[in-house]
Amino acid sequence: MAEDREPRIVGFLCNWCSYAAADLAGMSRFHYPPHLCAIRVPCTGRMNPLFVMSALRRGADAVLIAGCHPGDCHYVSGNLTARRRFSVFRSLLEFAGVEEGRLNLTWISAAEGKRFASLSTQLTQRAKELGPYKGMLRKRIGV
Amino acid sequence: MRQAARRLLEENTVNLVIGYAWGTLPLRTAPFFARTPAEADRLVYNSLCENNLVKYLLRYSKEKLGLVVKGCDARSLVVLLRENQVQRDRVHIIGVPCTGVIDRRKVMELVDGQEVTGAEVTVEGIVVRGEGFEKDIKTDEVLCVSCRGCKYGTPVLYDTLVGEEVRAREENFGDIRAFEALPPSEREAYFAQEMAKCIRCYACRNVCPLCYCTECFVDSSRPQWLSRRPATADNFFFHLGRAYHLAGRCVDCGACARACPVGVDLMKLNRKLIKDAKDLFGYEAGLDPGQPSLLSTFDPNDPERFILGG
Repeated sequence: MAEDREPRIVGFLCNWCSYAAADLAGMSRFHYPPHLCAIRVPCTGRMNPLFVMSALRRGADAVLIAGCHPGDCHYVSGNLTARRRFSVFRSLLEFAGVEEGRLNLTWISAAEGKRFASLSTQLTQRAKELGPYKGMLRKRIGV
Repeated sequence: MRQAARRLLEENTVNLVIGYAWGTLPLRTAPFFARTPAEADRLVYNSLCENNLVKYLLRYSKEKLGLVVKGCDARSLVVLLRENQVQRDRVHIIGVPCTGVIDRRKVMELVDGQEVTGAEVTVEGIVVRGEGFEKDIKTDEVLCVSCRGCKYGTPVLYDTLVGEEVRAREENFGDIRAFEALPPSEREAYFAQEMAKCIRCYACRNVCPLCYCTECFVDSSRPQWLSRRPATADNFFFHLGRAYHLAGRCVDCGACARACPVGVDLMKLNRKLIKDAKDLFGYEAGLDPGQPSLLSTFDPNDPERFILGG
């Protein structure tokens, strides 16, 4: 695997806000790097930490989970439980040696196309600085 | 203990008492199922009783049981009650105040891996014997990592308490704090070494009273989350996943680590989550059956300093 390859970022975007924000960013012709691969989820509350580990296991260098701002969840509190789960999981991954910054959570409302564009830029930058993820989840057999 | 079990069986309060009896090897006790008062005389309790018998509650759900539980086991039973996995009136809890469980690996280290052919429990600890040696070991020297900072030696929930209540130890997450202070690369290297040992026998999952899913994520084939082979990466995936599934539920009984045939340091991950639950949310599992679960509830003011872009 080439050392200088472009980063791969998997973004889990909430159907009701962040995914719409990504649409808005596109429709508004905002420029942002093309590294983020968007996966639509019904709510950040749908997020399973196994999704994140699978993404890292199968080639992602960074993961973004984006949902509605606290209080704006379509399902009332999905994002708030997601926040709690995420803080526990993030801390666990870091403890086990996955660098800080590989796993990210943010809130982007459907009206914040600009914020989506700027955060993807910021995240791509961060992922470039971190370099390809070569941690343990990516290890091959016998290594 | 024997008296209590005998009485329960004689009075027909229960028709089965699950406790411990001496195993076939020195330093080992095994789960023991007493159905008659005479069988109850074979029960023992000491610092070598390492299994968490609460696991059996799930399997013997039809009978009225008497169950021997230590402090930590009682907490795992509380978690099961909270999750509606067992009915409180089906079980008569025989609580035993516990001063800590011995880690056999540490005993083996102290005798330089020589074969132990006999062991005897004393008040202070154990005496182990082998060919040409005899060693007196204090329990405190060989305690499991979870027991060293155990605050709940006396069961939080019981119907009969056998013995005197024990003093709570001071909480001790020193091992986790020290590990957190290491640079990420060293932490990863440590886990890489631990995960390489794992043979994926799933003993840790199978002895855990709180791992009761009918289909575990490792067995699922649609989707297949991880490969069946015991490769380091997949082992890591499994252990992270399992640890996370126990977040806010694990009561630090250490049964998984003791069941591990290759000595993977499982409690590092579990204890980290216990410490986080405490530090971030002030949450301790297994103290009250009415307690809400950690990860399916929230507080609008939960910490979120990690949010990208503020």
